Formats: sequence, structure tokens, C-alpha cells
Amino acid sequence: MSQKNRLQSGGRIDRSKALTFTYNGRQYKGYKGDSVASALLANGVDIVGRSFKYSRPRGIVAAGAEEPNAVLQVGATEATQVPNVRATQQELFDGLVCSATNGWPSAESDMMAAFGKVGGKMMPPGFYYKTFMFPQSMWETYEKFIRKAAGLGRAPLVNDPDEYDNMNQHCDVLVVGGGAAGLMAALTAARSGARVIIADEQDEFGGHLLSSRERIGGKPAADWAAEIVDELAKMPDVMMLPRSTVNGYHDHNFLTIHERRTDHIADKAPEGQIRQRMHRVRAHWVVLATGAHERPLVFGNNDVPGCMVAGAVSTYINRYGVVPGNKLVLMTTNDTAYQTALDWADTGREVVAVVDTRANPQGERIEAVRKRGIKVVTGSAVIDVQGKKRVSGVSVGSIDAKGEKVTGKVQHLSCDTVASSGGWSPVVHLSCHTGSRPVWNDEIIGFVPGATVQKQLTAGGINGTYALDKVLAEGVKAGKEAASRLGLTAADTQLPNVRTVREGTPMALFHIPHTKPTSRAPKQFVDYQNDVTAAGIELATREGFESIEHVKRYTAMGFGTDQGKLGNINGMAITAKVLGKTIPDTGTTVFRPNYTPISFGAIVGRNCNELFDPKRYSAMHKWHLENGAKFEDVGQWKRPWYFPKAGETMQQALDRECTATRESVGILDASTLGKIDIQGKDAREFLGRVYTNAWAKLAVGKCRYGLMCKEDGMVFDDGVTSCLGENHFVMTTTTGGAAGVLEWLELYHQTEWPELEVYFTSVTDHWATMTISGPNSRKLLSELCDDIDLDKDSFKFMDWREGTVAGVPARVFRISFTGELSYEINVQANYGMHVWEKLFEHGAKYNLTPYGTETMHILRAEKGFIIAGQDTDGSVTPIDLGMSWCVSNNKPFSYIGKRGMVREDCVRKDRKQLVGLKPKDPKAVLPEGAQAVDDPNQPIPMKMLGHVTSSYWSANLGRSIALGVIKGGHDRMGESVYYPLADGRVIEAEICSPIFLDPKGERQNV
Amino acid sequence: MSETLAPENEVATVAVMNQLPGRDVRAESPLYHAEMDKLAARNPRAGGVLLRELKLLGHLTLRGSQDNQSFMSGCEAVLGVALPTQPLTSVEKGSVSVRWISPDEWLVVLPGDQAFEVERGLRAAIEGHYSVVNVSGGQTILELSGPNAIDVLKKSTALDVHPSQFPVGKVAGSVFAKSTALVRRSSEDTWELVIRRSFADYLWLWLQDASREYGLVIKS
Amino acid sequence: MFYIYCPHCREHREEEEFHAKGQAHIARPADPDNCTDEEWGNYVFFRKNPRGLHHELWYHSTGCRKFFNVTRDTVSYEIKEVYKIGEQPQVVAKG
Repeated sequence: MSQKNRLQSGGRIDRSKALTFTYNGRQYKGYKGDSVASALLANGVDIVGRSFKYSRPRGIVAAGAEEPNAVLQVGATEATQVPNVRATQQELFDGLVCSATNGWPSAESDMMAAFGKVGGKMMPPGFYYKTFMFPQSMWETYEKFIRKAAGLGRAPLVNDPDEYDNMNQHCDVLVVGGGAAGLMAALTAARSGARVIIADEQDEFGGHLLSSRERIGGKPAADWAAEIVDELAKMPDVMMLPRSTVNGYHDHNFLTIHERRTDHIADKAPEGQIRQRMHRVRAHWVVLATGAHERPLVFGNNDVPGCMVAGAVSTYINRYGVVPGNKLVLMTTNDTAYQTALDWADTGREVVAVVDTRANPQGERIEAVRKRGIKVVTGSAVIDVQGKKRVSGVSVGSIDAKGEKVTGKVQHLSCDTVASSGGWSPVVHLSCHTGSRPVWNDEIIGFVPGATVQKQLTAGGINGTYALDKVLAEGVKAGKEAASRLGLTAADTQLPNVRTVREGTPMALFHIPHTKPTSRAPKQFVDYQNDVTAAGIELATREGFESIEHVKRYTAMGFGTDQGKLGNINGMAITAKVLGKTIPDTGTTVFRPNYTPISFGAIVGRNCNELFDPKRYSAMHKWHLENGAKFEDVGQWKRPWYFPKAGETMQQALDRECTATRESVGILDASTLGKIDIQGKDAREFLGRVYTNAWAKLAVGKCRYGLMCKEDGMVFDDGVTSCLGENHFVMTTTTGGAAGVLEWLELYHQTEWPELEVYFTSVTDHWATMTISGPNSRKLLSELCDDIDLDKDSFKFMDWREGTVAGVPARVFRISFTGELSYEINVQANYGMHVWEKLFEHGAKYNLTPYGTETMHILRAEKGFIIAGQDTDGSVTPIDLGMSWCVSNNKPFSYIGKRGMVREDCVRKDRKQLVGLKPKDPKAVLPEGAQAVDDPNQPIPMKMLGHVTSSYWSANLGRSIALGVIKGGHDRMGESVYYPLADGRVIEAEICSPIFLDPKGERQNV
Repeated sequence: MSETLAPENEVATVAVMNQLPGRDVRAESPLYHAEMDKLAARNPRAGGVLLRELKLLGHLTLRGSQDNQSFMSGCEAVLGVALPTQPLTSVEKGSVSVRWISPDEWLVVLPGDQAFEVERGLRAAIEGHYSVVNVSGGQTILELSGPNAIDVLKKSTALDVHPSQFPVGKVAGSVFAKSTALVRRSSEDTWELVIRRSFADYLWLWLQDASREYGLVIKS
Repeated sequence: MFYIYCPHCREHREEEEFHAKGQAHIARPADPDNCTDEEWGNYVFFRKNPRGLHHELWYHSTGCRKFFNVTRDTVSYEIKEVYKIGEQPQVVAKG
């Protein structure tokens, strides 16, 4: 098909650069500078989709972000599919492939149309609620059908090959919108010395000026804009972001800008380029110069392709050189739209009539239209449209002065295009994102931004200021005000000469009356994307949904991807009329981010795949990798979980690791434990206040285990703290608790006890820590360390010594989490790998066996040692754990947790207490989390006694063991409890001491 | 090598330790496994971002009150330069740099083999309440330079890195990618990131990814 | 996302650098052992949730690691003042 609607000249397209694109499987031609919408219109494509509920054919209505119908699926390959692309905002490139998303199987021939008429009746407002509430089990079926029919598009099924990122920006002034007001504001602020960012969603700055035939300073408006853009581009502290939509306005002047860097070049970003970038901007001041959207009027069959917003028709003519039809009828409530009739007539095509709802319109443009011999029908309106796939004619009737009734005879006019204008709605969306409510302004017949706590200024159309000279002046004023509020000397920007057009008063009319009542008139669409009609809104209101928020949810008005940019104000006006209220009394719904749909890629940036979350590694990580470790996530750490040998199952590996450690020697990378260096003369006093046990007498060279509680008496972390010097300690914490414990210590030091002289410094990453554990650990260490007396009576259990291990200065702690003779060797992390490798060189003869977190868990469970966060969950006191030996009530200071532990609730006898559990069947391993009951045959819901916190197969004991909490468990030793499982099995277990192995601790004291 | 500062036969108040082994022991910086020397040898010649690891330096965390005259003067005497008291600033003299971290915390960076001597010197020179902690093994420094280094920073941190807000010598600790870094502008287009050892590999991957569009050159 | 002035670093930083620690000025009772359960419960568990001005404790976790106070309007999210630990707010709710 040729570009039958393309003009021979004019517009901002480059006719020397023809582009080929594919729409719904057919090839078309367009030009560089086209949007997909303008190219489709040039080719005479009328239908771009089918409507959501009624499956009616729909055409292009608007020319910008507010377009509700031309929402396409774009992408030539599966990987590059992008749903919900507005054809009006997608620049054309060679090879672009797109298709209509609503319409099944196609927009032109729609299966749903067959039952569209029936479906329409079956789908009144509130149909989600009415139809789909029951039966709920059918929802999945309905949902599939609705999604398919609703034109929500589809996500690609394979990975997006493109790169996206986020960038943080700061500026003095962020100007949103690069039209006349925005350019003036940016220029003035920048000339005053401010750091400026100006963003505009279009490919070129200029906004409305790009499609305007006005002149500024004696030049075509677009040429004037280009000069301003040139000046701004040369200033070093001005960042210009075209193709960038400011999508969200958040607290404290934080705004997000979605920049589409390559979407206009090709399907896939050129190699090495970022496809889309999200700018996260912190702006000292924001100037909103977002302009206004023209409102279409609501009249019968106003959705038939060929019905458009008046200004959009002018844009297609003036900017793209496309006349979207042959015979135009223009309906308007204001003077401005007359320009569309002039623009159309200038192309040589026919303007059938201008239908003005006002009885006696006066103004320059009206005179100009009349002078051209164009028929002007006053005091009248287009009450409905004829045609199915394209407008074929209109019915025009005279209306009363209020626009509520059709008063006279209805005449028929033949045409293929109906342009309508009900005035302009300021784009207040961003100003509402931070919670400010817009306010109604009767004079401009629209909502303008309301009071805000943000450092926000507004200029131009967003204020309802539409005359170009005033728009420019407001831009300068905003730029100057921003500059002076920043403490800069505001530059004075000369206002260019602009001719003022004399205009008459517009009429506040939204819903065109019909000869029939609304409920029986041809459908009058308010929200095209969600098929919300004037009759539907009336019905909703009659059914009692009087709040505009309820009307919105009942009818789905404004719920589409266009967020009701065209329809919301009309819908509110209709609601207000039915309720007999004013529009401001009816109120608005809340606009929320994002202003236009945004791809997940841009939000995620590079925080995906390998970079989704940091992975933390110890200094010995490479060895673990090379030796086949399986890893477990502990916080962000990647810790070896177990080290399977070839052909081993996990259980076989664990059995081998456990046995080797108990029989000879095993080694654990314990570097991830939190380590905090504590210095100061009050360090000891501080420890006494944050741990539950006593620290006053811990001598230099000694280590002690400690429990930490919160003020409620519940355990939150534990670890060994060693006395390095009289005023010097090193504390260890759990791996996951390290940052939290340090913050906890700082909290109490800074806010409660600042008088205590103590400093805390994290040394977690500084030390590489390796624990050798097992009866041969002393022999192994002695081969690598000759400057520490390792004799059992010299270097005792719970001592630490300084010495040299494998030639590296080390602190060696004789502490044990396995119950075996153990040494924890700490060296500066840069030397960790060296020492680790030396241990293996010498350890071969002792069958030195690396083990991971799972074996560590089993070995400690055999000894009944708790893991904070596994056997505790914030509801367990030290007493509940059976660890009263670790609680000192003789300390002079009422340490954290002491008072909490004696609350009435904490001293109940039936609290859940930690016990050991031996399944009666020694082969049965209880699942962690299983719930205990006394009688497994009792009716459901059963009375639950507690749950399993840790459970393992113990190779050393040849049986299963578990730890768990049981109500009053400490007094129930030897009794049985039952664990009914989801698979129907019931496991009986005997309550026992949690210490399964070596209860006297002889193995670690050798 | 063990050092007790208290007179003999008295209990040591603080354990100070020379943590460096002899030269025959291989040291592995946090990015040792990335083999940056090899990468540097086969680099493209041009790129908008240059990266190198300033590895195996001595890092000492100093804590003390600015009201403690002995602390302030002792630090100046031993380090050869006064601790910066202006927030978010740094000082540099010879091979020693000092970064402000908080009103009572500084990071001293110096040649790796001087950490022990300087810690001993500080302890000998200062009285009252203070702390010195050797954290050399726990962190490393990545140096970013080149015309696009600032763009990589903007992708990675929300700090305002414009010259008017982040002049040469400024220091700021912040979120960096999803980890943290202490950022210092060491010259007009050179930035130093003090990062934690355990996050080094993640940040190395991040910086490669974020630099790709500008071209990344590894320096040894 | 808040933009918070740190009184120690003396500049504004993004919220992601901080941890919110809840209501400020909750002093630990001087003699916990002699508190009634009710007094202790009030200290440990009960917090204000005002509409309007709220004094909050924040922690500059990636920066100077200092705790400080913020007076914030919970409706508009405006931060009215920041002040150091040990200082009292200047902006307080009327009545």
C-alpha cells in the first residue's frame, strides 16, 4: 500500500530516508522522523486494535503518551519482544516489526467480534466482581481468556539480550518537559549558573512547538526551539535527556527518568550500547513543564476509527506530513481547535464543517476559518458517528446552552474523520505522585497542581497557561525563581516576540447529549482502553458507587496502561453530573508512578544474573572451588557446604567428613564468623553489659563463650570472646549476625553508655580463620608451629596463644564447636591461602579432611551446641535453651536481657524448651520444622507442643538425632512425643539431653 | 614479635602483633585470583576507564577523640601529618594518606611493611582513650581513572561526584553497587575505592560490567 | 527515598546509606531490676505512631557509623531537623 495520506512536503520527516517496517505481518513504508503511528496513518491503516470488552475496532486517537488504542507489541525476534509500546511514542526505524496486541486472532478480523455484541451486554461495569467472584475455581480459566482478549501484550519467552542500567544524578534544577516553558526555564536556570537536567519524552526538544505553526521572535517556533537547544547543549553543567520520560516523582525531590537510548535505532541495541537507562535524580528544585493533554469529547460511537483528538490531527499534518483522512468534521468547545480546521484545509483536503458547542463563538481563529469559506455550525454538537471500521458520517444536532439536551433537528454530514476538542487537561500526574492533590480551576476547565511540600515549581500548560507568550514568560519566571532559591543571581532571559491571538471563552462541556437517554444511546466512550462508557459510569453511580475511587474500581476507568490520561476528567465530569455535584467536589483519583509503562530491564539495570546480589568469599575460596565444594548461602557468604568426592552422595560425604574429624582431624574455613576488635579501659565492663554471663575475671590469654540477648530476654547472637589484653578483646559473632551485632554494640555505646571508654572495629574480613578439629589436630599443628607450647597443660582448652603457623604470625584459639580437640588459627587474610595449603601438605598423613557447614552442624548437634538463628528464633531465653550456666545474676550492672528474662511470661513452666530428641526408629530422620504432639490420633487441629529445630543423621552415633523445642520439655526427659508428618508417617521420639556425645567434655580437654 | 606495651611482669593492656610473615610467604590480595597483571599485559590500549588494584597496603583504623590532645598530637608526630578534622576530607604526605571517616575515626593507609611500626609508634606516643586496629587484610583499594571513571561511579553510587560537590581530596563512605566503598577523589579523574575483602570479587565483576560501554583498561 | 542530612558528615545523603531505628529518646530505665513488668514492658515494647511530627533515631551505617536523631513529619515526610544524640529537638508537636 502506498502512503496515500502522506503530503508531498512539510513536516519534520526526512523524505530522502525511506524506511520499511512490518505491521501485523504486512510491509509498509515510512520515513525517518516518523512515529509508528504517523507511518500507519500515512499508509491509511485505520484499525490498530480491538477493544477490551466489546471487541470494537479501534484506531489511533492521539499523537503522544496519552494514546489509549495504538498499544503495540514490538519486536522482530522472540528475545526482543516488547509489549505495551505506544505507536505514537515509538520512532520508526528500518526493519521494525510490530503488531496489534488487542484482537484475537487479529485486529482486522476478530473472533470476539462475533459475540462482541452479546459480550457487551454480558460485561456491564463491575463485571469482574459480578461475573468472576463465583465460582472462584473458574478464575484461572477466565483469566487466560481475559488476558488474551485484553491486549496486555506478552513478555518475551527467552532472555533479553540487551544491556540496561541505572545511573544516579544530582542537579540544582530538573526541568521536566522540553517544550516552550521547559526550554525557557532550563535556559534561565542554566544561564544563572545552576546545574540543570532537562528531560523530554520525545526524540527532539520543543514539545508542542514541533508541530506548531506559530512564530517566535520572527522565526518558526521549531527553529527558535532549536537555537535554545543549541545554547543549552553547549553549557557544561546542562544535561539534556531526549527520549527520556520522567516517570516518577518521589519524596524529597527524588525523580526517576526512563531514558530510551537505542529503541529508535534498532530492535536490539548496537554492540556496546545500553538500550535503556534509568536515571535516579536528586534535584534541589524541580520545574514541572509537562504541558497539557487535549480532552476528546464523549459522544455516540466516538470510538470508531477516524475519531481523533483535534490537536493530534494537527500534529500529524504539521509534524509528520500526514493527513489522517479526506473529509473532516471538527467538533469543539473552544477556539484553539479551529487551528486544526485551518491546518486540514491547507493540505487541500475537505473540511466538511466545524461544529462548535457554543452558540456564539468569537475569536480570531473562528474568523479565519469563516473567511476560508468553511461551514461553522454553532450551538451544536456531533451526537453520534456512523461507520464500523471507519467513520462514514456524523449526526449533528443543536444543543441547549448548558449542553445537556439535544434541542433541534438532527442533520447528517458525510465525512471520514471526526476531530474533537473538549479543552485541555494539564498533565498534573507527577505533581500528584508525592501526595499532593490537584485543584480544580474553573477558568481553565481543568485540574492544576495543588500545594506541595516538595521544592517544586510549575510553568506553562501544567498551570492551564496555554497562550504562547504567557507560557514562555512562566518558563523564565520558574527558571529565575529556582535560581534565586538556590542562592544564585538569576539571569534575565529576554522574552522573544510572540503574536498574541485573541480568543473567546471556552465552554465547559465533556459529555455530549444524545436524542436518546445515555443508557440507550449509541455507546459513548470515556476510557477507550478499558471500554468504559458514559452509560457505564451512570450505572455505577446509580448502583451506589459515589466515591470517584469506587467508580474507578467498579468500572475499571483509568486502569489501563494509559492510566486514563484521556478519559479520567471526562469520567469525573460525568460522575459529578449524575451526582449533582461539581467536579472539585467529586474529586480526582490518585495518580501514581509510573507515568508511562516502563520495562523491567530499566528498573533492574545491571542488578541481575551474577550481579543480582553480592557474593562474599573468604581468602580460601579458590581452594574450595578447586576441591569440589558444594556451597551454601549464609547471608551473602558462599560457604562450603560439603566436599563430595567422586561418586559420593551428600550423605556419604557427610558421614566421611564427620567420621574423619572425630577419628583424626578435619578442617573448616571459619573466616566468615563476625569478628569485632574491642579496645578501651571499659571494654570488659561493656562486655558484661551486653553478654548474659560474667566477664570481670576473664584473664588475658583466655577465651569465653557468651550469649547475647535483647532487652526482652530473648537470645539473638552468641560467640566466643577472647581477652587479648587487659583493655583489648576480640569478639566473634555468628556469620549472619556480624553487622547486626556491631550496630547493636554501637547503639548502646552511643545512646546509652557514651561514658564507657571503648571502641569497636570490625575485623571480620581482616582475619582468615581455619579450624582444625579432631584428636590429631595437635600433632598437625605442631608440625607447622614451633613457637607455641602446645602441651595440654600449657595451652589449655579455652586459651589463646600468639605464635607462627607455617611461617605466618597467627593467633591460635583453643576453642571447639565440635567437642573435639580443636585449634582455630587466625592469620591476616592475605596469607590465609598459604597457611591453608601448608596445613594440607602436612595433613595428608592424618587424613586431614575439609568439611563444610553441614558437617559442622552435625558435629555440634552431637554435642548439643546451639546455632543462634536455627535453634533460636527470637522467642527463646537462655533458660529455655537449658543454658542457665551462661547467665550470671551476680553482676552489679543489670545487663541487657536480665530484666526481660524475669518477666512473668519468661518464667512460665510451660515455655518451649530446647531438648534433645531421639527417634525411636534410629534410622528415621525427623524433618526440621516438624511439629510435636502428645497424641497423634487426636482430631485436627492438634495441640502442638513445639517443633524440631535441628535434625541429622549422625554417622558417629549410628543413629538419627535432633534438637527441638517442647513445652515444658526440661521436665519431660525420657517421655515420648510424636511428629505427624505431611506424608502420613508419624515419628515417635524420646525427649533426652541435647548432649548426645561425650557429656563430660573429655574429648576436647585432652 | 609479640609486643607488650606494659612494663615487664605486668599484664599487657593491648595485644599488638606484627602480622607480616617473611618475604618467602606468598601474599594474596583480595583480587589475587583475577590475575590483573596478566590482564594488564594483554589489554587494549585505549578505553574510557582504567582500573588497578593498589594491593597489600597497610590499613590502620584509628579511633580517638579530637579533644584528646595527646591523641591528635601523637598521630601528627608519628604519621607526619595532622589528622583531618574537617568532615569528609583526607590528607596525604609521602606514602601515607589519612581519610576522615567520622569525627572520631580515621583510616590510615601506608606501605604494608610499615603498619606494625606505625601502630607501635602510635601506641608509644598516645595516652588516654584511643584505639588502633590493623585492618590491612580486610580491605583493598581499587583505583579508577580515565575520562569515564566518573560515569562508572554514577552507575555505582548515589554520591554526588560533580567537582563542585566532590573536589579532589574528598572522602565519602557510601553504598557502592550493592556493597559499600569508601570513595576518595585522588586527582581530577582518579578515584580510590577502599572496599572490603569479601566483596572484592563482586565489585570486580560489577566494575567490569559497568565499564564495558566505555572500554576498560586494566593496569598493573 | 529520603534525602537525609547527617549532622556528623555535614551533608545530605541518600536514605540507602542509613538504617531507621524507630522512635528516639527512649531512655533505658536506670534501675531495670526494680521496674514493674508494666514499666519494663512500656520501655521494651510500646512505641508512638503519631500522625505528624515524630522524633526518630537513625544510623548512618555506610558512612560515619553514628546514630543521630531526626524530626520528621509522618504525613508529608518532610524532615524538619536533625540533631545529635544527647541533644533535644527544637521542632516539637504543639499541645
